[in-house]
Amino acid sequence: MNAAYTLPDERGHFGTYGGRYVPETLMQAILELEEEYKKAQADESFQKELQGLLKDYVGRETPLYFAENLTKYAGGAKIYLKREDLNHTGAHKINNSLGQALLAQRMGKRKIVAETGAGQHGVATATACALLNLECIIFMGEEDIRRQQLNVFRMELLGAKVVGVKSGSATLKDAVNEALRYWVTNVEDTHYILGSVMGPHPFPMIVRDFQSVIGNETKEQYLEKEGKLPDAVVACIGGGSNSMGMFYPFIKDETVRMIGVEAAGLGTDTEKHAASLTKGTPGVLHGALMYLLQDEHGQIQEAHSISAGLDYPGVGPEHSYMKDSGRAEYESITDEKALEALQLLCKLEGIIPALESSHAVAYALKLAPQMNKDEGLVICLSGRGDKDVETVRARLGGKGQ
Amino acid sequence: MNRIEKVFQNLKQNNEKAFVPYIMAGDGGLETLAEKITFLEKAGATAIEIGIPFSDPVADGPVIQQAGIRALEAGTTLKGVLAAIAEIRPIVHIPLIFMTYMNPIMAYGIGNFISDASGSGVDGLILPDLPAEEEEIIAPVAEKAGIEIIRLVTLTSPLGRIQEIAGKGKGFLYAVTVNGITGARKGFKEELGKHLERVKEVSPIPVLAGFGISEPQHVKEMNQYCDGVIVGSRIIELFQSGELVKIEELIASSKIEEIKL
Repeated sequence: MNAAYTLPDERGHFGTYGGRYVPETLMQAILELEEEYKKAQADESFQKELQGLLKDYVGRETPLYFAENLTKYAGGAKIYLKREDLNHTGAHKINNSLGQALLAQRMGKRKIVAETGAGQHGVATATACALLNLECIIFMGEEDIRRQQLNVFRMELLGAKVVGVKSGSATLKDAVNEALRYWVTNVEDTHYILGSVMGPHPFPMIVRDFQSVIGNETKEQYLEKEGKLPDAVVACIGGGSNSMGMFYPFIKDETVRMIGVEAAGLGTDTEKHAASLTKGTPGVLHGALMYLLQDEHGQIQEAHSISAGLDYPGVGPEHSYMKDSGRAEYESITDEKALEALQLLCKLEGIIPALESSHAVAYALKLAPQMNKDEGLVICLSGRGDKDVETVRARLGGKGQ
Repeated sequence: MNRIEKVFQNLKQNNEKAFVPYIMAGDGGLETLAEKITFLEKAGATAIEIGIPFSDPVADGPVIQQAGIRALEAGTTLKGVLAAIAEIRPIVHIPLIFMTYMNPIMAYGIGNFISDASGSGVDGLILPDLPAEEEEIIAPVAEKAGIEIIRLVTLTSPLGRIQEIAGKGKGFLYAVTVNGITGARKGFKEELGKHLERVKEVSPIPVLAGFGISEPQHVKEMNQYCDGVIVGSRIIELFQSGELVKIEELIASSKIEEIKL
């Protein structure tokens, strides 16, 4: 892992991970997507359009904020927050949704299908579709619809059709199944905007590239503020898009530790968690070979996390590869610790983070005291917590104090 | 010669069409599997596709999804199905083909699975989430053990690609007749006939149509263009409702040759 890092290979593999394990009906669509993406990358007008929208519509670049109070509280390394929560729609998801919606437009596809867990990717995709006048259908697990009712309403306000998914655990995994089935059936005029660094090649690469704006900005901003690179970057992982966006630009900078934080739910020693890298084994789901939570017979297990966005039993193939290679480290944080970190960030910094991002905050609070005061770490604050206020209120018994 | 090749050679000699029903192993309990297989063989099935349940079957519609859930709830495992097949194999003469997704096989271990499947008398494998791009992970070891990988082509596959896939194909080529997932449909796209004719033209091996075929009428329609049909969801429904006579009728509908003057 060094200057020669060029993954995925031309077949979409990250070592043994990744690939294109999809029904033949979808092969043409993903081959065409790969082709079109290559052209778009080399097309200045496409890049200019995307950059323009990221700046004027999304509000990039997002600040890199020195969290002085949090730093003092933790007592160790300087803690910076990469404020993806300040993006339009409230999370990093819009970086990818806009990019892919522009790609769909290039391909002449006017209909979009997407899955969503917490609803952040659904809202971002519905937003991009409203902006570019694309038809939008979002699959969302019934359990997530229950947990994230406001996001459902948001998507509908933005003109998207939200379809509830009852099968399986009725969460993100099942929403992806249904979105894939819908795509197989409507592939000729529909593009699937996958929301994370997962699924068949080229999705893990495309989503990573569109999200790399996070790490690229962080690198520049940190250099400007501190005159060096950060010693560690920390991000939460469900499928792994905000973390991959933060990590990828640092892959070749070997002094930078990259730490992905999975959801430990009720604990990794229970069956109620979503820690695919910590506790899972490699297998094939949703088009890619990756670490999965599965039983000995290869049946996928239900994931659990207080945060709907991390509630997924797999993790992107590039993360799977980096776990094995050791370039990135993967840790996990329980529901309870994430909830504590959320409250702490509210009180100390006046920032309500998403439950997903709170996992990264909680781990950073463990890590910072183990580091020197002249060292620094960056937390990817991937989303804001407005959508979680109801869940948090219920968990805290209505008491904000 | 593999049983699949042999059975198609016989069909060709007798100018007959193939009928391949699909059943979900373990749906109704694994103990019913042998009974269903012998019933279908007696009813005239050319071969039987045996589904191995998987928790996340993205290529399947509601009927097969539900059958899979019932099978998993009944405790069905790949290991258990292999044992059941080994037991019944001596009295069943037609080819038995597994249809499942990659993950249960990977969890079993690809090498172990192929060796055990071959030992149990499994003749072929259909893996809907394994396109040509990824097949080297299992095809060489399977084919070496005499298990044929049945490849799929679809309405979205360009002709050149169909030709390539058919050229590598063993046993028969599975021509998917709809853009979509498994499950009964009322009708098919108008251009389907032309598509099947083109597939037939470039394929050196027999072509069977599958997905959405549920009525004797569909069977006859498809058989005009190809060498036979695969019927899944409808067979599962008929077993569920106990309408065995209708299964016999459906299979028989592929046998009746129209008299040509």
